[in-house]
Amino acid sequence: MSFIPMFFALPLISAFLIPILGKIYKPLAWLVSTVVSLVLFILALYGIAVTQQLPMIVYKMGNWPPPLGIVMAFDSFSAFMVLIISIIVFTGSLFSFRYMSNYTGQWKFYTLFMLMTAGMMGICITGDLFNMFVFLEIAAISSYALVAFGVGAEELEASFKYIVMGEIGGLTFLLAIAFIYAKTSTLNLADISTSLQVIRHTTFFWMTLGMMLFAFSIKAALVPFHSWLPDAYPAAPAPISSLLAGICTKVFGIYTTARIVFNVFGLTRANEPMVFNILIGLGLLSIAFAGLTALNQNDYKRLLAYSSISQVGFIMLGFGIGNYYGVVGAILYILAHGLAKGLLFLTSGSVVHATGTRDLQKLAGLGERMPTTAWSFRIGALSVIGLPPLVGFFAKLLIIMGAIKAGFIWLAIIAIVLSVLSLAYLLRIENSVFMKKGKIDAKKAPFTMRIAMVFLVVLIVLLGIGFQPIIDFIVGPAAHALLRGLEYSHLVFGSFTTNF
Amino acid sequence: MKGMSLIVKTITNIVIGFIFIYGVYIILHGHLTPGGGFAGGVIIAGAFILRFLAFGKGAKSEKKSSTTASIFESIGGLLFVGIAISGLLLAGTFFLNFLPKGEPFYLLSAGIIPLCNIAISIKVGAGLFSIFLALAAMKYVMED
Repeated sequence: MSFIPMFFALPLISAFLIPILGKIYKPLAWLVSTVVSLVLFILALYGIAVTQQLPMIVYKMGNWPPPLGIVMAFDSFSAFMVLIISIIVFTGSLFSFRYMSNYTGQWKFYTLFMLMTAGMMGICITGDLFNMFVFLEIAAISSYALVAFGVGAEELEASFKYIVMGEIGGLTFLLAIAFIYAKTSTLNLADISTSLQVIRHTTFFWMTLGMMLFAFSIKAALVPFHSWLPDAYPAAPAPISSLLAGICTKVFGIYTTARIVFNVFGLTRANEPMVFNILIGLGLLSIAFAGLTALNQNDYKRLLAYSSISQVGFIMLGFGIGNYYGVVGAILYILAHGLAKGLLFLTSGSVVHATGTRDLQKLAGLGERMPTTAWSFRIGALSVIGLPPLVGFFAKLLIIMGAIKAGFIWLAIIAIVLSVLSLAYLLRIENSVFMKKGKIDAKKAPFTMRIAMVFLVVLIVLLGIGFQPIIDFIVGPAAHALLRGLEYSHLVFGSFTTNF
Repeated sequence: MKGMSLIVKTITNIVIGFIFIYGVYIILHGHLTPGGGFAGGVIIAGAFILRFLAFGKGAKSEKKSSTTASIFESIGGLLFVGIAISGLLLAGTFFLNFLPKGEPFYLLSAGIIPLCNIAISIKVGAGLFSIFLALAAMKYVMED
């Protein structure tokens, strides 16, 4: 029996089971979502193990051969993305147990949570362009609802803004799909990539690529298109902010961009430097603009949201550099930032749960009262800043090495200088929330919350210390899967099309 | 008097059965004629909505209907994924059409497709009806 359809079938089944079970006995909803995400985590580890031997596993839905039917194309990059999604979903679900106890209609929360998981998993393993759009919309629509989950004025406004911006992106993507289907008569990613080689460098080629990059830039919240994000992240419940910041923008924006640019359109730095320069430009703009804006924020979660935009800029920078080191650095950065920012948003949830406010002016003295939260924040922040034994350092190092190898010394220098910004804004939280003496009333975080945070802290430290095996077995193969370029389509149609 | 006038109520009582049967027809013939699970589900939801509009109900029964609708919606979704999974369990491939295909243009043909249509119709019908109920419930929220 194959494990690949399980990645989206399991969360879908649980999403439909939760409304029934949650009405019978409330905690069952939480139990189902946590157990399912744990199973997904184990499956993702198995997927990593399998992709060590096979470069590509093609799963034919309903046994229809590609390009007639929908295929799931599972390679090292998909395996990597699935692993990071399952980690953040697991910790988010664990964290929700106590955090969501203040809200009503909890089963709705877990249903949407699982639907969003199914959508994100689907985006990462599908080998079909329209299927990718459908999964993108499943995940995006559940995230709109989750952002508005508190149904206060602030939440509804943020969600409305997010819907408008997100749908502009989603519909542009749909229009690009329609153009591609009209021209190539196929929706299979591998088949599209062979067809596009015939019309390479025509106006049509650049137009569809431009539309897709526009759509994914909105979804990834790169700077000129970021306006929805600083409202949406603070408004969402903390586990959802952690999910949105940790992986959503990466799956919706970064994964799709990388897959389309490298494997479907088959672009390389050597042949089409212009596209990669645009990615570098967007990345630098995001790092600088969002980093500077974050310095002026007085809201715990809003500051982290701006920090998120700025960090996504680094990932884009890595892909824009486009050589092996740049891409490995960018992929490791997805992992590092997913874990660290996921953790930081969980600490914000823990602080809000204990004190009921996220205003940096009012919060003080939590370093002594909530030691686990404080230390989790410190480790996560150090990883974002890029301090050596933690995993964030190696990601930044690889991107900067990539820039130097590609001959962009100035880019390396700018990246180093701009990464100081992250130190500046994260120290503001450390200073006013955890270091400053104050008399705000707060209890320690509940047990399940602390477990979720400690789990991520352990991962950040362990992955940092053992970064060499991570590069060798997980991130390196993922980068190779991207840099294979057009070989992707040969692999999909090639020798591994038997059902695994 | 609750709901609409006597004329509307009488007409509703007469046509509602026909609308329902027509919806079922669209669903069951989904693999033979235009239409299918989605269209049929919308028509069935239309029958429920018509009844609701004509007779009008209080907040209490609205809440009860919405609970039932959401349970049915989940059942529809579960059925659909269940059909896909049973392809995996019984024949080894997710979404495999593992039932005998039968002869084209007969009612009992096309393997799992009619079953999928039924599952989709339950999901869509219940989903659309609960959207209607949610919009109707806005009235009570506003009044509060």
